[in-house]
Amino acid sequence: MRFMMLMIPKGYEKAAPGAMPDAKAIAAMMKYNESLQKAGVLLSLEGLHPPSMGARVSFPGGKPKVTDGPFAEAKEVLGGYWMIQVKSRAEAIEWAKRCPASENETIEVRQVQEMSDFPPEILPPKLGAREQELRDELQKKR
Amino acid sequence: MTVSATHGAIDAVWRIESARLIAGLARMVRDVGLAEELAQDALVAALETWPKKGVPDSPGAWLMAAAKNKALDHFRRNKLLERKHEELAGEMELEQEIAASDLEAGLIDAMDDDIGDDLLRLVFVACHPVLSTEARAALTLRLLCGLTTDEIARAFLVPEPTIAQRIVRAKRTLAETRVPFEVPRKDELAARLASVLEVIYLVFNEGYSATAGEDWMRPALCEEALRLGRIVAELVPKEPEAHGLVALMEIQASRAAARVGPSGDPILLLDQDRARWDHLLVRRGLAALARAEQLEGRLGPYALQAAIAACHARSRTAQETDWVRIAALYDALAQIAPSPVVELNRAVAVSMAFGPAEGLELVDALTSEPALKHYHLLPAVRGDLLVKLGRLDEARAEFEHAASLTRNARERKLLLDRAASSHKFRVLK
Repeated sequence: MRFMMLMIPKGYEKAAPGAMPDAKAIAAMMKYNESLQKAGVLLSLEGLHPPSMGARVSFPGGKPKVTDGPFAEAKEVLGGYWMIQVKSRAEAIEWAKRCPASENETIEVRQVQEMSDFPPEILPPKLGAREQELRDELQKKR
Repeated sequence: MTVSATHGAIDAVWRIESARLIAGLARMVRDVGLAEELAQDALVAALETWPKKGVPDSPGAWLMAAAKNKALDHFRRNKLLERKHEELAGEMELEQEIAASDLEAGLIDAMDDDIGDDLLRLVFVACHPVLSTEARAALTLRLLCGLTTDEIARAFLVPEPTIAQRIVRAKRTLAETRVPFEVPRKDELAARLASVLEVIYLVFNEGYSATAGEDWMRPALCEEALRLGRIVAELVPKEPEAHGLVALMEIQASRAAARVGPSGDPILLLDQDRARWDHLLVRRGLAALARAEQLEGRLGPYALQAAIAACHARSRTAQETDWVRIAALYDALAQIAPSPVVELNRAVAVSMAFGPAEGLELVDALTSEPALKHYHLLPAVRGDLLVKLGRLDEARAEFEHAASLTRNARERKLLLDRAASSHKFRVLK
């Protein structure tokens, strides 16, 4: 099963554009990432720029509305994530516990939904079929 | 934390630490079987202590310390036994023994470094060619993945005592043949690595062949194999075949959700809905293949098979498949790992790249091949090519022959349907 370890660094919601963790923290984190990779559990990972460089798209009344960051109302924001493949929720938690995180950081461990979690009736029978039809259609018109 | 939560945490720690623990202990005691027993003793100690006192901050270090103590106990006990046997008890000797135990303790303290090397040694010993492939697979899952005997038995659809026996015998064989706990020398390395990769791929294929409704441990073997493959590739990062195997498994695993229809029918690669492929695994597979290709030396069988799988993974639709490249890759594969099955696949690729007549020529050359005499895919492929060439009566006979050779009921039905429809074609003409 797959889990996301979502890194929530306190204070990142107010971080200035381009803010980066210090070199020591980065080195410790790289060592941790390496240990995940060497254990064969790491599928992917990404770090995110602070919200002050991002935007939020909300849908009041069903219409998209764009708000540039930082977001005054946000109490917690993501700093990045790891996707890992492990045998159990407990194993995912055990990996999260080994992260060299600082006091103001929290890791939220969440299981990734898989195709097999969905009952067949809510998945369209052939997701790619329509795409193929469209492509064939284009081919004909050429 | 509740007792069951603590047990869950202990399972998780065991999963993460057991291989390193066993590897470190095996270096010290020079016996993989004994090392595993000592590690198990440490686990038992954890199961007794942690629910009462809580999970320690460094559970791995705790287990290692507990195992070291068990190892010292073991040495001391053996010494006492030896002494009783030899009846050589004397003050001086006892003092020497205590000094020796201290020396051993010192050695044990020194063993925490270079754990990666120990892990690699453990991989090579667990997959030693002195053991049968089945024994290697069971021992590897036990020592390197931390699976229980029960889990391994469920995964391979055999009774638990069979697996337990297999593991006991494998450990005994390793001890009796005095397999050294070391990484093979350079001249042996390629052959020994092949033995390791073979075991991993066997585990993967066992999981990949699981069908719906079977115990969940079976498909879980794919994940175990992928994890092992990734670990080994990091342990021997300069070996292209290790990355080749990882690439092959990642790409094959990426198709898991697309290769079975809603009623459990197999869906052939070219008919699969590519939107259902797991694109994260595809990306990982292509990255692993790129690593294999960047290393020196010719591509081996796994890397070539991965390169073929990558051709499919890269084309957005079945129509875009680069069959000319696939035919060339099969050609290269046939040269380094010749087999009738590879030849048959090459024939299919050639027919897709250059037309059914060319393909049929290669298939016809295989009809006298004894190894393929009972292989249903040979007449199935031949039938397919004959349909494309409009030789429908011959095609029908081939599909019927293929249907008579397969033991899989779904496949048989598929082939008989094809036989019937080649007949229909003819009538319509």
